[in-house]
Amino acid sequence: MSNERTNINQKQGHGPGIGPGYRAMMMPGEKPKNFKRSMSRLLRYIAPFKTALVFTFVISALSTLFSVVGPKILGSAITILSTGIMNKLHKLPDSGIDYSAIGKILLFLSVLFILSSVLQYAAAYIMAGVSQKTVYKLRKDINEKLSRLPLKYLDSKAHGEILSRVTYDVDTIASTLQQSLLQIISSVITLVGSIAMMLTISWQLTAIAVMTLPFYLAVTLFIAKKSQQFYRSQSRFTGELNSHVEEMYSGHKIVKAFGREKYSESKFDEINLKLYRAGWKAQFLSGIIMPVMNFISNLGYVFVCVFGGMLVTKRMLTLGDIQAFIQYSRQFTHPIIQTANIANILQSTVACAERVFEILDEEEEQPDSGKFSVPSQVRGAVKFKDVTFGYSDDKILMNRFNIDVNAGETVAIVGPTGAGKTTLVNLLMRFYEIECGEITIDGLKINDFPRGNLRSMFGMVLQDTWLFNGSIRDNIAYGREGASEDEIIEAAKAAHADHFIRTLPEGYDTMLNEEASNISQGQRQLLTIARAFLSNPPVLILDEATSSVDTRTELIIRKAIEKLMINRTSFVIAHRLSTIRDAHMILVMNEGSIIEKGNHRELLEQKGFYAELYRSQFSGSAEEINNHYI
Amino acid sequence: MIKLFKYLRPFGFQVALIVVLIFLQTMADLSLPTLMSDIVDKGIAMGNTAVIWKTGIYMLIVAFIAITFNISAGYLSARTAIGFGMNIRKKIFSKVTAYSLDEIDKFGTASLITRTTNDVTQVQTTVFMITRMMLMAPIMAIGGIIMAVTKEPKLSWILILVLPLMTMFIVFLTVKGFPLFGIVQKKLDRINLVLRENLTGIRVIRAFDKILYEQKRFDNSNMELTDATLKVNRLVALLFPFVMLVMSLTPVLIVWVSGPLLENGSIQFGSLMAFIQYSTQIMFSVIMITMMFIMIPRAQASAVRINEILESDTSIKNSVKTQFPDKPAGFIEFRNVTFSYHGAEQPALNDISFTAGPGKVTAVIGGTGSGKSTLVNLIPRFYDTAEGEILVDGINIKFMEQEKLRSLIGLVPQQSRLFTGSISDNVKFGNDSADDAEIRHAAETAQAYGFIMEKKNKFYDIIEQGGLNISGGQKQRIAIARAVVRKPLIYIFDDSFSALDFKTDAQLRRELRKETENSTVIIVAQRINTVMDADNIIVLDEGRIIGSGTHSQLISACSVYREIVESQMTLEETV
Repeated sequence: MSNERTNINQKQGHGPGIGPGYRAMMMPGEKPKNFKRSMSRLLRYIAPFKTALVFTFVISALSTLFSVVGPKILGSAITILSTGIMNKLHKLPDSGIDYSAIGKILLFLSVLFILSSVLQYAAAYIMAGVSQKTVYKLRKDINEKLSRLPLKYLDSKAHGEILSRVTYDVDTIASTLQQSLLQIISSVITLVGSIAMMLTISWQLTAIAVMTLPFYLAVTLFIAKKSQQFYRSQSRFTGELNSHVEEMYSGHKIVKAFGREKYSESKFDEINLKLYRAGWKAQFLSGIIMPVMNFISNLGYVFVCVFGGMLVTKRMLTLGDIQAFIQYSRQFTHPIIQTANIANILQSTVACAERVFEILDEEEEQPDSGKFSVPSQVRGAVKFKDVTFGYSDDKILMNRFNIDVNAGETVAIVGPTGAGKTTLVNLLMRFYEIECGEITIDGLKINDFPRGNLRSMFGMVLQDTWLFNGSIRDNIAYGREGASEDEIIEAAKAAHADHFIRTLPEGYDTMLNEEASNISQGQRQLLTIARAFLSNPPVLILDEATSSVDTRTELIIRKAIEKLMINRTSFVIAHRLSTIRDAHMILVMNEGSIIEKGNHRELLEQKGFYAELYRSQFSGSAEEINNHYI
Repeated sequence: MIKLFKYLRPFGFQVALIVVLIFLQTMADLSLPTLMSDIVDKGIAMGNTAVIWKTGIYMLIVAFIAITFNISAGYLSARTAIGFGMNIRKKIFSKVTAYSLDEIDKFGTASLITRTTNDVTQVQTTVFMITRMMLMAPIMAIGGIIMAVTKEPKLSWILILVLPLMTMFIVFLTVKGFPLFGIVQKKLDRINLVLRENLTGIRVIRAFDKILYEQKRFDNSNMELTDATLKVNRLVALLFPFVMLVMSLTPVLIVWVSGPLLENGSIQFGSLMAFIQYSTQIMFSVIMITMMFIMIPRAQASAVRINEILESDTSIKNSVKTQFPDKPAGFIEFRNVTFSYHGAEQPALNDISFTAGPGKVTAVIGGTGSGKSTLVNLIPRFYDTAEGEILVDGINIKFMEQEKLRSLIGLVPQQSRLFTGSISDNVKFGNDSADDAEIRHAAETAQAYGFIMEKKNKFYDIIEQGGLNISGGQKQRIAIARAVVRKPLIYIFDDSFSALDFKTDAQLRRELRKETENSTVIIVAQRINTVMDADNIIVLDEGRIIGSGTHSQLISACSVYREIVESQMTLEETV
């Protein structure tokens, strides 16, 4: 949740507002750690499109150039018009407007403008392709990278954060590539081109126009600095307000139970008022930048009109020139602001890219050694020899740990909820690497198998069943690719799932929704059992827990699990007394590490943790029950 | 959106002033090209420098007036829009605070949060846009058209040609583009879904060696997203070149048409130039107006969501005449209570009757979904019963003032939610006037004193949002201390010992016994050993009471109870 919130906050910077560009400039931007390196790396991503890029830049430059010379040419047409009329006014011979000259100019101009627009569209069209292909590649790379990253990394990262990198960060990169790169080119050419054109018209007027520049800069910098301050407090108070709202809404029951509504409201009002105070100032200041700019531009405009007018009266300038000049003087400041914005956008884009590269740079899993492939007949004898393991160096969970499990035996894992079962899964399936010692299956080291092969020897039926958005059939078939319809139904029958599946409106074709919440928790568990039946693994990892399951379904699950365990080596996260008593070996875990092992009788004789556990829980109620039954 | 405008009423005067200011400012802006045409026609053409100077100074004054009006309007707009946002946020928040759990369930917490924060921001931004720019655009467009037409009626047919063309094109793009944006959003959601599944199911994917399969799935979504985005981007990219083209071709057309008119003297140069500038201004305004029609529907969705809250009242209100026991003792009685959740087909509780008195422990046990938590949620009147009544000290709780009723109760909820602040603050949440000794005592009773003392700042250690920096068991004990410090007549423990190890659990219950000697205690639990010693155990199954009595009575009399005991023969939860 907190992660999604930061996203929203970030997005506000690009959201709709008063001239989004100006707003972006006001927002204190996010700075990359190493601009140069990340930038060049980002450029490498678009390098494959070099030819297309160069071509786009050229046509974009041409397009801008055409539109920059436009006003000057139009001015010359006006000049011809005015000369013609002046001459006529002064009754000169051969006077009148030279329509054919004007016509030629205007036609040329129209072609130029059309060409400019067509080129502009062509550039945008190509850039859209380049940027989308680039981010497609980026997303693909991230996803593939994720599949090679060790679980050690993935477990330590919030999913929301990774998601936001794949979507939000990559999106930002895409829109920058699409828009900002071309904008840089057109801005620079417009600025330089306009000044050049202005100079060709009149250096005196250009001097006047250029003199307004420092005012622009001074005013922008001044207001920007002021408003950044308010934007910062605005986003701080927005954060405060959001977390207060989040806390109070999700703790609604507590607030009500303890009668703290007034307290909660007064705190809200306090933050809300602070937000208002910072907010209106930020909005006000960023809102007046544009008008103030306009005002300065108007000042320049007036001076250009006045001095230009004088020059015209002195015949040092034509009327068309002044018309053209006014247009230039109005547009040449715009690119300056735009460039400042782009610098800002570029910076935050590179920061986004940096976050993406961080993922791409993470250390990957050791590659498969691939010494063996899985023997056709795996019996499922599992052995831990001197295994040492801990999630961090300062917390070793297993120290020179040894167990020897024969094929077909059952190992019960007992102890409080926690890291215990996950650790076991992590090690057996090689999601995590052990520090020293070795784990073998049928005498072969697990590190010598390709991971995929190794993992196919195990079947997992865990509480956190993982079903995906798809049909029930696909979800069961996930256990084995290319399974036939009969095999799937066979597996479902074995798992006692066939009956409930057929009661669903679309049977095996029923689509599970996002959280698979359209079937019950117990039914979900049955589906994973069916999946395990289909994949037919020699070793099972099971979780007996059936919380949130009604008693009837629980019975069915128990029956299905018992059937599944026949002739397989099973590691069971045990919850039932009978399972524990009958297990060949019991591993007692506490706080994630294995503290005792042995069978039920041995452990009771040890009078250790297990014995105490057993007594405290079962001596009372269990005996009472037994008395009733016996 | 319009419905929300009534919250602008307090700002009526400001809004009126903004309209006036913007009108004046627009007029000032619009008079600039006319003044310029004076420079050209009366100054330059006549070679009159004095006129040029005089008009120039006029223009400066007009520009200055325009910016003054503009800034004043901007000031008012900012205060109005942000103030409007503040008021609406406040309204929503107090509305939601007053909601019963029924309404909270109906909307969902996440949705309520979005409505209070993002939706308000969205609406607030739109109001600012409207007062800042959108009011100006129509005035500018209309004013510009009037000026242009009066200035040069012979050229105005050009505007009639160009403006609809541009509007039509923008509307066309919007109509075409909007559904595409919707598709892109869907594809984006899809890729998010696939990725989220890949992350949460990473163990399963790797266990079944499905990496390649999942990569293909992701790649499909990725491809679809890329294609959809490309399509929409290429469509939208048409907008800018087209608008640019129209805006640059219009002056060309004007110049071409005006040649003969200039020649026969029916128009003048200055006004030709003014006309060109007006046409540019008008076109800008038209673009702005079109944008407005794109922006408002977006805010509309937010406005609808906000209105839903502002218009729905809480179903649980204090009755007009309230009663309260003279000497509250904490005696609870359920009389034939039936309750259904909003929109549920079957009642969650059905015909429940029992009593729970001071000095006695009443335990409620049953499977998940049997209605245990629902039952205790009815006592503080988080929900109202559909049938039957709940009495506290002989008075129907519907006739009690909610705050007073709740002041009798110390609740420890299933999810021990703490708030940002120090441990002491969190304990004091139960009783604001508790002194240090009382807080300490409550912590000792709740078996929390030990671990609090091990913290760096003891009672002043800060608990972060969501209580992420302390363990589940510690959270639960602080939540218990929060209830204990209240010294309530009624204790409700809703499955509150689940995260404790068995030693702490036993010790805690021993200490609590002393504290709750004269209180009514109701314990909801899943563990048999938590309820075994209760004076009365109520067994719930599918919303009905199917047995009640002491542990030994139930063992022999109630088969479901026996089943629960049997299924509980687990070691897992005892430590």
